[in-house]
Amino acid sequence: MSIEIKNITKRFPGYTALDDISLSVGTGELIALLGPSGCGKTTLLRIIAGLETADAGSIILEEKDTTNLPAREKNVGFVFQHYALFRRLTVFDNVAFGLNVQPSSVRPSKSEIRDRVEHLLKLVQMDWAIKRYPSQLSGGQRQRVALARALAVNPKVLLLDEPFSALDAKVRQELRRWLRKLHDDIHVTSIFVTHDQEEALELADRIVVINKGKIEQQGSPQEVYDHPANAFVYNFLGNVNVFHGRVHDGKVLVGDHLIEGKHELDLNEAKNGQAFIRPHEIGISRIRSGENDLVGIIRDIRLMGGQIGLEVETSGFDKLIEAEIPRETWQNLQLVKGDEVFITLDRVRVFSGEYDI
Amino acid sequence: MGYTVFYLSAIVIVPLSTLVFGAFRMDPQAFISTVTSPRVLASYRLSLSTALVAAIFNAVAGFLTAWTLVRYRFPGRKVLDALVDLPFALPTAVAGICFATLYSPVGWIGQILAKADIQLINAPSGIVVALIFIGFPFVVRTVQPVLSELEPEMEESAQSLGANRWQTFRKILLPHLFPALLTGVTLAFARAIGEYGSVIFIAGNLPFKTEIAPLMIMTKLDQFDYDGASAVAFVLLLISFTMLLVLNGIQRWQQKAYQ
Amino acid sequence: MQTNHTQEALIITNPNRNDHPAVQLILILLTFLFFAGFIFLPLGLVFAQAFQKGTALYLEAIRDPIAISAVKLTLLTAAIVVPLNAVFGVTAAWAITKFSFRGKTLLISLLDLPFAVSPVIAGLIFVLLAGSRTSLGSWLGDHGIKIIFSTPGIVIATLFVTFPFIARELIPLMESQGREEEEAAITLGAKGWQTFRIITLPNIRWGLMYGMILCTARSIGEFGAVSVVSGHIRGMTNTIPLHVEILYSEYNYTASFAVASILVFLALATIAVKALVEKRVHNQ
Repeated sequence: MSIEIKNITKRFPGYTALDDISLSVGTGELIALLGPSGCGKTTLLRIIAGLETADAGSIILEEKDTTNLPAREKNVGFVFQHYALFRRLTVFDNVAFGLNVQPSSVRPSKSEIRDRVEHLLKLVQMDWAIKRYPSQLSGGQRQRVALARALAVNPKVLLLDEPFSALDAKVRQELRRWLRKLHDDIHVTSIFVTHDQEEALELADRIVVINKGKIEQQGSPQEVYDHPANAFVYNFLGNVNVFHGRVHDGKVLVGDHLIEGKHELDLNEAKNGQAFIRPHEIGISRIRSGENDLVGIIRDIRLMGGQIGLEVETSGFDKLIEAEIPRETWQNLQLVKGDEVFITLDRVRVFSGEYDI
Repeated sequence: MGYTVFYLSAIVIVPLSTLVFGAFRMDPQAFISTVTSPRVLASYRLSLSTALVAAIFNAVAGFLTAWTLVRYRFPGRKVLDALVDLPFALPTAVAGICFATLYSPVGWIGQILAKADIQLINAPSGIVVALIFIGFPFVVRTVQPVLSELEPEMEESAQSLGANRWQTFRKILLPHLFPALLTGVTLAFARAIGEYGSVIFIAGNLPFKTEIAPLMIMTKLDQFDYDGASAVAFVLLLISFTMLLVLNGIQRWQQKAYQ
Repeated sequence: MQTNHTQEALIITNPNRNDHPAVQLILILLTFLFFAGFIFLPLGLVFAQAFQKGTALYLEAIRDPIAISAVKLTLLTAAIVVPLNAVFGVTAAWAITKFSFRGKTLLISLLDLPFAVSPVIAGLIFVLLAGSRTSLGSWLGDHGIKIIFSTPGIVIATLFVTFPFIARELIPLMESQGREEEEAAITLGAKGWQTFRIITLPNIRWGLMYGMILCTARSIGEFGAVSVVSGHIRGMTNTIPLHVEILYSEYNYTASFAVASILVFLALATIAVKALVEKRVHNQ
């Protein structure tokens, strides 16, 4: 089922949560709304679910305008950040709730409900806990039950509000992969909200980056990661080195060093600009590989699992440059603190203007 | 929602405004001469002063009780903790006859006090005793939750920085607990100003001496002096509303302090 | 509740946080002394006085027809007041915690009102509103309805004094529970009533129960307000506390304390139930 979000605006006293947002989601897609806290992504999700009303714009679910439909008639599944399981009901009754409250004319029979609940709990691997109460389950288990509960009413779309943010790192990662697999199996159109770029990159078919109530960019994880549309997206998705400088002929002058970006950008107008490069895009070597290379001295070396983080000081830059190289490269180069290295910034990207994050 | 509004109007807003409008309809001259008559003034003075003394006593006793109940472990603690609510649950008239009997010259405590030539019955000090009883749970029950939710880290970090027990208490704990304490004391004070049932038995109700303001209203009503009763009540109501405003202010200040 | 456990552990494990044993002992003794004077002595006195002249006289005082009619009127009042206040308390707490609307602050302030307004004034306003001397009162009188100096007046005055008790119990409870469960129920297609009955009500039932018990205790024990509106007609408009007062002022102390002992039992039962409810909530 497709979702069409048209020109949604929502204002709260003092600020605008959503500013004329339009977005379409195709049938069976898994979309991530990614942005910093307070950017409006949760508000958008709640408006789609009918838990909040928009000041302007419309929500069209499967070619039917549902903007003014009350939440209980929208038939969307909603998964809450803190699970929101009914604490006085058993796992079974939680999942059966949506079916039990249907009018008797359309409500499935008792045995049908039982079959469906058991099927769903198997699907989320929670069938062993059918008689338990939410308080007897761990966070990850509760969220699986919450998911089964949302799916029980055959929702047209599934909305997940920061579903994994209350879980610890290991469970989060596990549940994330599991959800991806589940989505591949059942293919219900889903939108999830997150502020964790890693989660969005790993899980989503498409990422929508939101900031201050506006969409900054949307595209496949690869697209937004490799080709960020602007400085904000670059900054928000992953670690990045930022150099502030003056733009001149498509190049940025930082300190006394001229950085030349490989990507084309219209820079004729702007006077100030920023150059971005991700730590792992920086080339480090013992010998000069190009005439544009910088010379730097390693100030710190950090072990970060499979990668090695380097902090390099260069003349002309007031900030240390952060670089990441694979462990083997580090071992081959036999780098230690104080070594002189050559730095290649070929893959730098230049954006005009100053950007506040 | 409709029910809430209707209920409040019928039970609270309409009846209260009757009193307020009634007072405004009165001849201003008559109103002023009623509320400034020496006997009425004496009753206001008595109500306010006894309520204040009781509130101050409760600030100390209530705080120490809350402290003891939260921070110490001793046999009987849970029973005492539960019994803090007794003044809430016990009808005021029962409390009234209890204190009147206890402190009468032949009563359990009165006998002992009589030997020292102290008389609490038919005296302002007796009223204070009754008001302490009434106001006590307000202080304990507002301080207790704040005290028990206090993070140990606060005290521990103060101590690790070299503060002694007393400094920690005075500079860290007391400022933190103060808004709650003030709320409780104000509540106890407001409640004590209007208290009737527990006081009239021990007070003896001597005009100019031990006649509290609520009793003044009662007396005027018994004489079918409705206007006089309204006038006295109106001023008492003003005092109560001021207390509510103060309370609101304290709570707002408290919220700000915690943000 | 989790924090409470860790705190208890810390009190025991961190000696630096505990006061000097001598200070502890003094404060504990002071507390016991205070409770002895203000709680235990009055309680003991009630029973000592009530049984002073033997069980027979105690029973006689309680079985007195006037006492029994006072009990009946008191129970009738409570039976009307408590359900009305329960409905009000639940709807007001529901509105205050789950929605935002104009006048919310006013509503919250009004809930403090009966604590600050003298019970005598609470009685007086109804005399002023519906007494025989007012236009409303005389109109009602013409239609054969008597409010002041009769049962309806007692009920209404008691309503005023006790209306916020249940709401005040529920508001912090419902606030701490948030609205996520209700929102989840709505997205699953539940109607307002279904959400309330299946989700909200079970979550608040202990708080509601305690609020109702507190409200019952207060409506049974209310003295000042009822005293103003009742007119003290023996066997007609006497509640238990008023009966206690009349007996006391007639120097019939034994009977007075005998009847008062019923009220003491009720008060102690209220406290016991509260302790039980808190334990229930604590364990969850």
